[in-house]
Amino acid sequence: MSKMTLKTEGDTQLIVTRRFTAPPEAVYRAHTDPKLIQKWLLGPEGWTMPVCINEARPAGKFRYEWTNGKGGGFYITGEYVELEPYSRIVHIERMHLPDPTPDNHIETRFEADGAGTLMTMRMTLPDGKTRAAMLATGMERGMEASYDRLAEFLMSLSARGMEKGAGES
Amino acid sequence: MSSLDAAFAALADPTRRAILARLAKGEATVNELAEPFEMTQPAISQHLKVLEGAGLIAQRVEGTRRPRRLSSAGIEAMDQWLAMLRKALETNYDRLDEVLAGMEKHKRGKKR
Repeated sequence: MSKMTLKTEGDTQLIVTRRFTAPPEAVYRAHTDPKLIQKWLLGPEGWTMPVCINEARPAGKFRYEWTNGKGGGFYITGEYVELEPYSRIVHIERMHLPDPTPDNHIETRFEADGAGTLMTMRMTLPDGKTRAAMLATGMERGMEASYDRLAEFLMSLSARGMEKGAGES
Repeated sequence: MSSLDAAFAALADPTRRAILARLAKGEATVNELAEPFEMTQPAISQHLKVLEGAGLIAQRVEGTRRPRRLSSAGIEAMDQWLAMLRKALETNYDRLDEVLAGMEKHKRGKKR
């Protein structure tokens, strides 16, 4: 059973939904308390977040720094726009690679869903090109963890290429 | 260069991945691709050549136009990329499930 959905909407939006068995208050706190954020917002296996600064109030700033322990790393900075405990967070963030990416405007809603929570995160990028680049960057990070899987996949492409070559000769 | 190296090299560049992402929405000519990427036509053509060499995109002839589209291998590559992004997010939220379970336990412990 997959609890998460990820879809694009229009040219500039990306929407992620996920259900949790915990109530909205707990899920909201896990998104705003730095000690909790550091435990889960880590991306692929092997990455850690040594720096997690989070001022969860309107106009408050945050900064997350990740490292893979092998010299690879990047960070995100952002500002809170609106916080409605425990139902809604609006913030703006950008990735530093190290040049900053265009601002990503993110609204996260936490709705009671039975005894649990339905989270809906709506990201809005300035334009379609930026969203494509962001997807590609996220993919790049995923790639690192899945290097072997990618190599395997490319191997299969290569095998197909050879088949085609053999057919043509 | 083997086709394996070619595909790997083609996907290593962020502009080329962005071009693939654009072509995932439908075919486009060099001009149409050059505009949103704020790149010159020769620069885009160079990237397209690399993608074509790796078998990730194909072109068809329509009068003087040469629209490019994802090849089936290219579509598979894009699916693979998206699956990896989804995997990274899912890993995060699976970890969050554990954090939330820990919070709940902690709360119950305090009440007792």
